[in-house]
Amino acid sequence: MSDFAASRDGYGHALISMSEDPKLVVLEADLGKSTKSCWFREKFPERTISCGIGEQNMMLVAAGLASSGYKPFASTFAIFTERAFEQIRNGIARPNLPVHICGSHGGTHTGTDGSSAQSIEDLAIYRALPNMTVMHPCDDYSTQQLTMKLLNHNSPSYTRTARNKTPRIYEINDPRLEIGKGVLLKSGSDVAIIACGVMVSKSIEAAKKLSEMGVDAAVVDMHTLKPLDESLVYELASGCKGIVTVEDHSVIGGLGGAVAEYLSESKPTILRRVGVRDRFGESGQAEEMLELLSISTKDIIESALDIVKME
Amino acid sequence: MGLSRLNGLNDDELVEELKEISRKCRVEIIKMVYRAQAGHPGGSLSEIDLLTALYATTLNVNPKEPKWNDRDRFVLSKGHASPGMYSILAEMGFISHEDLESYRVLGGVCQGHVDMKHTPGVDFSAGSLGMGLSFGLGCSFAAKFDGSNRNCYVMLGDGEIQEGSVWEAMMAARHHELGNLKVILDCNRIQNDDFVESQMRMFNIPEKWSSFGWNVKEIDGHDMYQIIEGMRWLNENNDLPSVLIANTIKGKGVSYMEDNPKFHGAAPNEEQYSKALMELGEAI
Repeated sequence: MSDFAASRDGYGHALISMSEDPKLVVLEADLGKSTKSCWFREKFPERTISCGIGEQNMMLVAAGLASSGYKPFASTFAIFTERAFEQIRNGIARPNLPVHICGSHGGTHTGTDGSSAQSIEDLAIYRALPNMTVMHPCDDYSTQQLTMKLLNHNSPSYTRTARNKTPRIYEINDPRLEIGKGVLLKSGSDVAIIACGVMVSKSIEAAKKLSEMGVDAAVVDMHTLKPLDESLVYELASGCKGIVTVEDHSVIGGLGGAVAEYLSESKPTILRRVGVRDRFGESGQAEEMLELLSISTKDIIESALDIVKME
Repeated sequence: MGLSRLNGLNDDELVEELKEISRKCRVEIIKMVYRAQAGHPGGSLSEIDLLTALYATTLNVNPKEPKWNDRDRFVLSKGHASPGMYSILAEMGFISHEDLESYRVLGGVCQGHVDMKHTPGVDFSAGSLGMGLSFGLGCSFAAKFDGSNRNCYVMLGDGEIQEGSVWEAMMAARHHELGNLKVILDCNRIQNDDFVESQMRMFNIPEKWSSFGWNVKEIDGHDMYQIIEGMRWLNENNDLPSVLIANTIKGKGVSYMEDNPKFHGAAPNEEQYSKALMELGEAI
């Protein structure tokens, strides 16, 4: 397998793979070339709706289509889905219409446009909506597979994809990938690292280095933030000294928030959240951004060691 | 389409029938808002002549099978004016007249704002202004993809079109040439706080829609002859999206509510209630 891939490509491939379903409709808001819905448009222009630079309209057009039995997949940048938040809240989530939203270029590991394009709160806001499924897969294959499962998912969803190529984690058609089920990529008994998106590969890297230091770290790809795989989190909390959550997202309300909410009520556990600490990013290379925001491999390692060293 | 008992009537007879239906609906609107001591009578009374004609003569829907896929869709975008819609849904047989008593009551069929999850015959969950036209576009696309001749009718208010996304939708409807999309604009000139003129002037509304490339026709939204003519016009124009701009009076039919911003979202007291029913020719 090739070593590097961008999760947004997986979305593009999934749309093509689902094209046999005549009810599939793809919506774009002038960013199809970026979200990769352009591949579908090229082959199926009659089932691709251009909404221009108008995200609010796009989300509700999708809702109208879903209300008439179609399966709309609407994409734009993660940050611009947020412009239509109330349309998504009132027009999609509230009537529980199966509209599938893909927000690409999520997080700070993206281009050099700067903070205006770095969504660090998308996962939090969509998690807060009843009826919504929220996912953030880590590579192209898992994005493709999980997106394809949305075709028969009878409630709305938000999937964040990333712009940049990062190490590929899965083989094609991995049987472990199910919506709502985290994947244990590496077992470990000292500390468990629960990650999503581009931070999964960083977490694997961190686990390798921890192993060299004599620390046995588990790594989980928690591609679905909602519904959270609580039984897996429980299992990890039971088997390890503590948990580190890792995300290219605010520590408020995303993966770290979800895990903290669950653990504090159901199984109090030592927890460290690696994520953006309530601030905005800026222009810079993706890897520089992770360092600036203290969400790099080094930060994952430090958090894990912090737990292991606790008396 | 519409009420079968109205088939074959000449226009004079039809207008008389429609006037009587909308009078009865007005009575129900007042009763609902009075019982709940909350709600939006003004916009319900301004829209009801239009809704009556739409449902009774035009809309291809079946109360016995409200989810029938090939039905025309109706999107009440100004979803706070729900008593108007509930009253005509009851007249058409989608819900019962007893259901009207559940308006704004816990567990009720008739939610404060129209809600497709609670009320048979409601195609869109409204309540947040400026959303219905975009949703209607989606319904119109679906009809096109299905190869169906069904239409999607959307009712908007004039205050509501201050929302920017309405103009996104207007642009998109013309771009995609959705001739099966029919808008009825209830221009009652009053919004929540005050007159539209003082909140955000709309200037020349027909000219604005026209400049977006829509078919445009303006009518008196309380003259039943003009309304049925307007409905026919909507159905004859299928090349491009069409808008029927209806000039109406907020609170129409109840003297103290007419043209009165106070009755956008306020219930009558006991004395006002009696007066309203009397004016509407209904004995208490």
